[in-house]
Amino acid sequence: MVRIGAFLVGLFFSGWLLVSFIMGAVAYVSEPPAPTAEREFHKHPRHAGFSFEGPLGHYDKAQLQRGFQVFSEVCSACHSLKFVSFRDLAALGYNEAEVKAIAKNWKIKTPDVDPKTGEVAGRDSMPSDKFPKPFANNVAAAAANNNAVPPDLSLMTKARHDGSNYVYSLITGYQAQPAELLKKFPDVKTPEGLHYNPYFANLNLAMAPPLTAEGQVTYGEGQPKPTVDQMAKDVAAFLTWTAEPKMENRKSAGIAVLFFLLIATALAYMSYRNIWAEVKH
Amino acid sequence: MSFPWANHYTPKAPLMQWIDERLPLPRLVYNAVGAGYPVPRNLNFFWNFGVLSGLALMIQIVTGIIMAMHYGANELVAFSSVEHVMRDVNAGWLMRYAHANGASFFFIVVYLHIFRGLYYSSYKAPREMVWLLGLVIFLLMMATAFMGYVLPWGQMSYWGAKVITGLFGAIPVVGEPIQTWLLGGFAPGNAALNRFFSLHYLLPFVIAGVIILHIWALHIPGSSNPTGVEVKGPQDTVPFHPYYTAKDGFGAGIFFILFAIAVYFGPNFLGHPDNYIEANPLSTPAHIVPEWYFWPFYAILRAFTFDFFFIPAKLLGVLAMFASILLLFFLPWLDTSPVRSGNYRPMFKKFFWILIADVLVLGYCGGAPAEEPFVMISQIAAAYYFAHFLIILPLIAAFEKPLPLPGSITESVLNKGGFEGERDALPGMGSDTQPAGAA
Repeated sequence: MVRIGAFLVGLFFSGWLLVSFIMGAVAYVSEPPAPTAEREFHKHPRHAGFSFEGPLGHYDKAQLQRGFQVFSEVCSACHSLKFVSFRDLAALGYNEAEVKAIAKNWKIKTPDVDPKTGEVAGRDSMPSDKFPKPFANNVAAAAANNNAVPPDLSLMTKARHDGSNYVYSLITGYQAQPAELLKKFPDVKTPEGLHYNPYFANLNLAMAPPLTAEGQVTYGEGQPKPTVDQMAKDVAAFLTWTAEPKMENRKSAGIAVLFFLLIATALAYMSYRNIWAEVKH
Repeated sequence: MSFPWANHYTPKAPLMQWIDERLPLPRLVYNAVGAGYPVPRNLNFFWNFGVLSGLALMIQIVTGIIMAMHYGANELVAFSSVEHVMRDVNAGWLMRYAHANGASFFFIVVYLHIFRGLYYSSYKAPREMVWLLGLVIFLLMMATAFMGYVLPWGQMSYWGAKVITGLFGAIPVVGEPIQTWLLGGFAPGNAALNRFFSLHYLLPFVIAGVIILHIWALHIPGSSNPTGVEVKGPQDTVPFHPYYTAKDGFGAGIFFILFAIAVYFGPNFLGHPDNYIEANPLSTPAHIVPEWYFWPFYAILRAFTFDFFFIPAKLLGVLAMFASILLLFFLPWLDTSPVRSGNYRPMFKKFFWILIADVLVLGYCGGAPAEEPFVMISQIAAAYYFAHFLIILPLIAAFEKPLPLPGSITESVLNKGGFEGERDALPGMGSDTQPAGAA
């Protein structure tokens, strides 16, 4: 009984799947799916070559500081960094006084309640505060940005495939819409107010090119020349740190743990061989 | 427990004697995973995965309990509380990455455990109950993993919850009320998040309970083995401790090395980037995919693209997806071949490897976007999946001519590599060994 029932159920599912396959294949052959501009012109991120790649990679603190500079002078005008606190900047090599000064001088005030009047007002930030958001809420953010809300950047490099390279490629990837694309897909002209960028999933991005000129940010003595490429690389490195601040702890702990485990496993293997030495198995 | 020649627990220290007389817990452990459990001597490394599954569950429970101390099961704070764990809790990043990757590793070892059971037909009499309880654990694991994935409240959490609970919406008439009842609303929200958290905390302990039943049921007939020939005497077995504790210790070392590589050097490799975007009911991700361990079943769900007369395609997909797991419960009665081990079943072996390739193809298609050619490939692969278990296996059992089986476990072991170095002087084993080479 079980086997007869199973046979019938199997025949039903397998049979209908094969029928569906044939119907689908006929439809596929008679009416192949139309190619899309996204599929043909979307590009995978370019490789920037970061210091933190690989199992032994470390953050380059000078680069993170430069990236933070780019973030604070350019990105932070529109983008929030809500999961990062000012005190976290100590990991970039700033001392306590510097962190305090960065927090105090941050151009966006931290919303708080006035302790005397109870009114909601902004105050200077402290190291324990998270980075305050540039807009009071999403409606304000959308209104100021052509109806697109600038996403929070704390986790951006983990929220995209190959995120660090993605951020770098996106910032440096703006270009005019290729003539070839318009010839092939005349209907997908980049709409007014959007910007063509082959690294963006649907090719048209609301964000205007943020880094446009060499020297847009002034780097300190002894730092590389602030070309657009360099600034993009630096800010991508900074955003990798904001997304994964414990990366260096993780990798160094990993090396120690693996070292321990290799020895422990070798010992376990030897005792296994030793115990079984007399038994054929 | 299982064989008359099993060692018996004799407490030596007075304290242990005192305890044993009042609560024979040491005796229970000794008989379950100690020297009191005789196990076939010829188990290969595929028999490590039961213990490793238990280990993976322990890792999940320990890391999970610690994270629950810092997590907020509320749609307003869930996502940021996970970031709090990652950034501000001491070793929080380690707990979370170990928990997220631990789920994947739990499924890896359980799938290898099931693979072992399928190849060596461990489900056959007298071990049907072991197999059935194992499947119950598997279902509980899937439910637990699904609800756990919702808790970080990222984009994939939210939309995954919406798609999976939407499956119940495919049931005619009562589907939508059931979906609303399960979610506590019309879409995933605070009510769903809270109940998922509650159940995600509960189910691992239910799993632990069913594992006890699983091991209990295993100890009645004793462990199966790669030849599939039953244990015939003391010469066929060794005590679990120290023989298999040592072997499992080595296996656990390998497991921990691979696990550490994932946790410390590629913690997000198996995850989806979209889950680092906070849940947003107004923005649907381009491709909604579950975690990799659900991909084969997800491919079966999406393989049904045409209505069957009055049955809508979506309902067919849901039925097929549940059927693809439920049919495993009938396996002991579908595969009627008296021979257990795939080593002695030439026809079965061929189809078995086709099945493994088939499931891998299904997995690949389940992770790919729902477009051609992946849908067509998964239709063929899903058709084979059902045909394999429901049609081909019973037929093989009827027509196959199995290879001759070894006379006993000991004989197969001794024939493997010469006869020197006999099994003499093995502590805890009887002495009535049969002469080497006796056929």
